[in-house]
Amino acid sequence: MAPKAAQSASTAKVAGAAPAAKAMAAKAAANGSASSHGPKPFTREQDLLAYREMLMIRRFEEKAGQLYGMGLIGGFCHLYIGQEAVVVGMQMATQPGDQVITGYRDHGHMLACGMDAKGVMAELTGRRGGYSKGKGGSMHMFSIEKQFFGGHGIVGAQVSLGTGLAFANRYRDNGAVSLVYFGDGAANQGQVYESFNMAELWSLPAVYIIENNRYAMGTAVTRASAQTDFSKRGVSFNIPGEQVDGMDVQAVHEAGSRAIAFARAGKGPYILEMQTYRYRGHSMSDPAKYRTKDEVERMKNEHDPIEQVRGRLLGTHRVPEDEIKKIDAEVRVIVNESAEFATVDPEPDASELWTDIVR
Amino acid sequence: MPIDVLMPALSPTMESGTLAKWLKKEGDRIKAGDVIAEIETDKATMEVEAVDEGVLAKILIGDGTENVAVNTRIAIIAGEGEDAAAASSGAPAQAAAPAPAAVPVPAASVPAAPRSAAPSYDASGEIPAGTEMVKTTVREALRDAMAEEMRRDDSVFVMGEEVAEYQGAYKVTQGLLQEFGARRVIDTPITEHGFAGVGVGAALAGLRPVVEFMTFNFAMQAIDHIINSAAKTLYMSGGQLGCPIVFRGPNGAAARVAAQHSQDYAAWYSQIPGLKVIQPWSASDAKGLLKAAIRDPNPIVFLENEILYGQSFEVPKLDDFVLPIGKAKVVRTGRHVTLVSFGIGMTYAMKAADALAGEGIEAEVIDLRTIRPMDVATVVRSIQKTNRCVAIEEGWPQSGVTAEIGMRIMEEAFDYLDAPVARVTGKDVPMPYAANLEKLALPNVGEVVAAAKAVLYR
Repeated sequence: MAPKAAQSASTAKVAGAAPAAKAMAAKAAANGSASSHGPKPFTREQDLLAYREMLMIRRFEEKAGQLYGMGLIGGFCHLYIGQEAVVVGMQMATQPGDQVITGYRDHGHMLACGMDAKGVMAELTGRRGGYSKGKGGSMHMFSIEKQFFGGHGIVGAQVSLGTGLAFANRYRDNGAVSLVYFGDGAANQGQVYESFNMAELWSLPAVYIIENNRYAMGTAVTRASAQTDFSKRGVSFNIPGEQVDGMDVQAVHEAGSRAIAFARAGKGPYILEMQTYRYRGHSMSDPAKYRTKDEVERMKNEHDPIEQVRGRLLGTHRVPEDEIKKIDAEVRVIVNESAEFATVDPEPDASELWTDIVR
Repeated sequence: MPIDVLMPALSPTMESGTLAKWLKKEGDRIKAGDVIAEIETDKATMEVEAVDEGVLAKILIGDGTENVAVNTRIAIIAGEGEDAAAASSGAPAQAAAPAPAAVPVPAASVPAAPRSAAPSYDASGEIPAGTEMVKTTVREALRDAMAEEMRRDDSVFVMGEEVAEYQGAYKVTQGLLQEFGARRVIDTPITEHGFAGVGVGAALAGLRPVVEFMTFNFAMQAIDHIINSAAKTLYMSGGQLGCPIVFRGPNGAAARVAAQHSQDYAAWYSQIPGLKVIQPWSASDAKGLLKAAIRDPNPIVFLENEILYGQSFEVPKLDDFVLPIGKAKVVRTGRHVTLVSFGIGMTYAMKAADALAGEGIEAEVIDLRTIRPMDVATVVRSIQKTNRCVAIEEGWPQSGVTAEIGMRIMEEAFDYLDAPVARVTGKDVPMPYAANLEKLALPNVGEVVAAAKAVLYR
């Protein structure tokens, strides 16, 4: 399926005439993780890495939810649980220097970029050791060192900003690619299409990753989007797109590698619709009454990204359960330490009120 | 070690809730992510998920209990290999650290805003004596500023509608494409929101974009990126990520273009911490301040004026003429009344000063040049001499720049005033199209003269 998708994508690139074939190929990609047309299997090392990275996000987010429940994290807190394969698979396809930018559901992206769990958690609790000294919070964190450009609280803003990062790459001709994440909700913002137009017009090295978790806050995709195949959202700009099983880290990695290579080669932007699912509500205070429990349970039980990898580790790769438990324990230690730090680290000094306004 | 499960807060405002139902019973094995109970918050029924693994050793708060305070122990989970019975009978288990109570901060302890210790500013030394002066239009001065900075720094580029091949909708970017090429002088589609965001993104990556809006009226489409993305990111990143970008273009009323194309945004942008807002009047200031703006590490809104583009001023012939941002200039000295304005408002102030001179009134005229940060010290120094002030702008009166000037004078120079500060502004109406009405809507020299006389009680 991989070559076929690549081919149809490039056809679309030239003529914009292959959406049907492409959509079929994409559907095969989306539905075919269990079929013989599935993505290239991960090596043992790749699966071990993916497992660890995804588990880190899962456990971190669960802990963040707990700290929120204790009143240690305030305001809004949007958890990434269920969507871990998307950012981990994409990150495994990047090279040093590639940039990442996303919206408000950003903790997973930061961890996947290699940002320190302590700094992220301490920012969630508004402490001085947080990435933004406690002045940004859950939705506003950055790391120039890790090329993570936020963390943006205005839905869709990151799409134009990420296109600007890609613009800078092209301007400097530095070979880097900008990975721009947004959701099915943000995909309806006007500036997304303004950005698509410029990105294709100027052949900018951007990969647009639409994390379709089926609900924009409480509104199902079908109630908000006239075109629910988000891989086609670039058709009128001649940007190729694919639908990807975003619960399968292998499929994400394979499509991501293809898209990033395309952008890096100077062929312009690429769209990946990641079909994923968020287990938790939109934010901590969302009871998620807009979907059935059965739907959530089915995704958890049949498509969980971490369980898929765990199954492969125990099965195909014959990794002893003890070794997996060791990873579980290591991750738990890191997460617990981050929570401990985020609890004892002092709040920012009052003088910080007046700093960092201008340089 | 046994772990306490606490009553969670699931909304920012929740203080207590009802433990509606346990979905696990004592003795059940639990793994992280399992839904163990349902609670009713102030908003809705929510599920409680376990964060830890183990056995539900003891339920402390039963089904249906109301008014359970947030952070109350509701159950105990025994870890793997632990004796659930022992865990449940013991003293309070290892509690996950309780939330520290928010310490109320008394108002008196709010640290005072750092006050600018800057003394009043003397602009007389900005141009060395004997410097050759060249008659230059504002349009040429702005173009020269951009060209000089682009020659100096490859990370500076210009983007906007019609800036390249068309040579600028108002010809401000004339010749730049020919000198610097299409890589650095970039025509954008008509897509203000999008290209403002692209510019900000490029600035976050360390480039120095000069984003031209064909007029600032169209920048309302892009204001989210100017404020939320450009102005706030340095603060939100704890000082890590700056945004060195200049948003520039004509602002305010041109002539006969009616309400949607005739608005002064100085007051809007000047309210935003994180932005610097410059609105020059003369060609010399336009050049020196645009060069400074391009070099500044902060996001800058640079408000030009279409009517001023074609006006000529003396500009010093210097290799690198850069002016300080945030400094006002005493353009004309006088001892009876201080006239403060900026941008095209200076036109009225200067003509009024001429008219007043004919009546024996010596007006001191101050050009703010920068709206944010505002150089109040220089205004105060003048008022200490004149004891009277009229502030002038083309923008609307409510919450306008002149309203700010008046308040700052109240705060910092009240004791020096011999009369209330007066202001002359655009009328509080959308700009009309008809020539006569448009003229009425704008300030005029007569109004400034009348206001000056009023504060002089003449």
